[in-house]
Amino acid sequence: MAKKVLVFAEARDNELRNVSFEAIAAGKEIAAGGEVIAAIAGENVSSLTDPLFHYGADRVIKVEDEKLKNYTSDGYGQAFLQIVQSVDPDAILMPHTSMGKDLAPRLASKLDAGLISDATGIELDGETVVFTRPIYSGKAFEKKKVKEGIVIATIRPNNITALESDESRSGEVFEESVEIKDLRTIVKEVVRKSTSGVDLSEAKVIVAGGRGVKSEEGFEPLQELADLLGAAVGASRGACDADYCDYSLQIGQTGKVVTPDLYIACGISGAIQHLAGMSNSKVIVAINKDPEASIFNVADYGIVGDLFEVVPLLTQEFKKVLQTS
Amino acid sequence: MNIYVIMKRTFDTEEKIVIENGKISEEGVEFIINPYDEYAIEEAIQLRDDHGGEVTVVSIGDEEVEKELRTALAMGADKAVLINNEELDDSDQYTTTALLAAYFEDKEYDIILGGNVSNDNSTGQIGPRLAEKLGIAYVTTITKLDIDGTTATMERDVEGDMEVVEAQLPLLVTAQQGLNEPRYPSLPGIMKAKKKPLEEIDYDDLDIDEDEIEAKTETIEVYLPPKKEAGKVLEGEIGDQVEELVKLLRQEAKVI
Ligand SMILES: Cc1cc2nc3c(=O)[nH]c(=O)nc-3n(C[C@H](O)[C@H](O)[C@H](O)COP(=O)(O)OP(=O)(O)OC[C@H]3O[C@@H](n4cnc5c(N)ncnc54)[C@H](O)[C@@H]3O)c2cc1C
Ligand SMILES: Cc1cc2nc3c(=O)[nH]c(=O)nc-3n(C[C@H](O)[C@H](O)[C@H](O)COP(=O)(O)OP(=O)(O)OC[C@H]3O[C@@H](n4cnc5c(N)ncnc54)[C@H](O)[C@@H]3O)c2cc1C
Repeated sequence: MAKKVLVFAEARDNELRNVSFEAIAAGKEIAAGGEVIAAIAGENVSSLTDPLFHYGADRVIKVEDEKLKNYTSDGYGQAFLQIVQSVDPDAILMPHTSMGKDLAPRLASKLDAGLISDATGIELDGETVVFTRPIYSGKAFEKKKVKEGIVIATIRPNNITALESDESRSGEVFEESVEIKDLRTIVKEVVRKSTSGVDLSEAKVIVAGGRGVKSEEGFEPLQELADLLGAAVGASRGACDADYCDYSLQIGQTGKVVTPDLYIACGISGAIQHLAGMSNSKVIVAINKDPEASIFNVADYGIVGDLFEVVPLLTQEFKKVLQTS
Repeated sequence: MNIYVIMKRTFDTEEKIVIENGKISEEGVEFIINPYDEYAIEEAIQLRDDHGGEVTVVSIGDEEVEKELRTALAMGADKAVLINNEELDDSDQYTTTALLAAYFEDKEYDIILGGNVSNDNSTGQIGPRLAEKLGIAYVTTITKLDIDGTTATMERDVEGDMEVVEAQLPLLVTAQQGLNEPRYPSLPGIMKAKKKPLEEIDYDDLDIDEDEIEAKTETIEVYLPPKKEAGKVLEGEIGDQVEELVKLLRQEAKVI
């Protein structure tokens, strides 16, 4: 049966995050021929509605309010709840990002509903939507469903493929006016720490450095390789603890969880807490001078060698082949 | 100040996962306080030391959780509460929240601290779900907390960026790495903990109907990821290895 699916899109620096499009693709699958409605909230989001259609939304709802400039669970909670009430969807999808993690449980609690967090896969079993999600830091997986009523889920970035953008698609944008009041939390300041342009949790390629990088300058060759590949730079906690880079780059159990297509680990030993954040990457390359390093146990390809020799050579080689192709 | 911590007992991070009869086996597994909840407990103790009051650590689980609750008492918490759900055969984040909400219903609290996510089920739902049920504000993934009167000022981690957020008590917060360095229980702490109150409540003694706690979700299957084939460690001159790697990434793995 065709279903109505509401997708909450998310923007960062006034640009839609790719996971919004991935969530729309997931929504299409659940809708099974029904309608996918994308909603976007913020201070000024008018320029963001077109791409939502291009990536598959059938209808777009926007909420604009200066009180939505910064995310707060109260502000966005009120806006999203009102949209849910006016759309009355069969399913709601959100990105499993800071925002989605903060807001989806609140919405589910308000609606007395089940919520499947951090889904990496979706399939239909007749009428039932079955989600796949990693548990125990990716050491196991579970398939899960909502027993009855509205289905709510958050989607992990980089796991569900977005549809091809079709710029000829368009549709009607509805404006929902929400009276946002009684904000109990106030954002006083936002300090940007992530410097590189590529968002770590959504990057298709990540070049990560560990204690083996040895200094802040040691990250430079990694950054060069990353720039060439349009990749993000990440790090182990070892590198962060040693002050070679900011904690915002940390990947692992207590850092970010990433699933890029390609993860290049340079001078990282492969501690279990690090693996917790990256072992589900599609392809893993390890560069380490110690042939016994446990990172080689999860790597698809390994080079035993000095990263300061290997990484610049790798950059050179990529330059060569990318130029000729 | 009335300070509460919600704490989960979880698998030690280093544990291998074994599946038996379609379930994750707990045999021989080492359990710990969920790592993020350690930050919450530490912060609670520091708040009490600065502002006075009492720290109560609440956990839902079976009898075994007593061990982790005693650890929390040994760190410096004043009281512990175990809500025993052993008899419950079905539970998810909705259920756990409903039980916690029923427990907190007649309590007075200024602040409730929890972890931002568990290291087993890892949904991060409990904090925001509970705050919503209790009708209080919440701030997730905090890395700094200052309380002045009834105003809490926090720093929170937002995917690496930092936000400074202000809110009024009563408040629920969830801890992120960086909030503090959790202390180890001292020997005198461990001795004292033995005499501190640890109350056990059966879940059905809480003022709540069975059908109000029925899980909303169901696990269909639990499985291990396909075993990764042994990777290819390249050989030869470094220059040749690099050349081969680039070729493999483009032609075999097709990721570049
Ligand atoms: C509760 C808890 C949570 C944690 N959370 C995280 C987390 O989220 N993320 C995380 O990463 N860690 C985490 N850790 C830490 C983790 O256990 C490891 O200590 C950490 O990952 C080690 O970092 P590393 O691999 O960079 O350093 P090391 O283990 O010191 O490894 C450095 C590696 O670099 C190699 N090397 C040195 N020089 C070179 C060179 N010139 N060329 C090539 N290779 C070289 C060495 O052979 C070695 O393998 C956590 C720990 C705990 C207890
Ligand atoms: C009989 C039985 C069956 C179960 N079946 C399922 C199932 O089918 N699916 C499922 O997902 N789970 C099941 N559980 C586990 C349990 O319901 C969840 O683990 C629990 O809801 C916590 O969810 P989480 O791990 O996602 O916590 P998160 O939301 O990730 O935890 C965040 C924070 O909430 C707090 N918190 C979490 N759990 C507790 C707790 N128990 N007590 C106090 N504070 C806590 C901690 O501060 C923690 O850091 C079952 C449990 C039992 C006893």
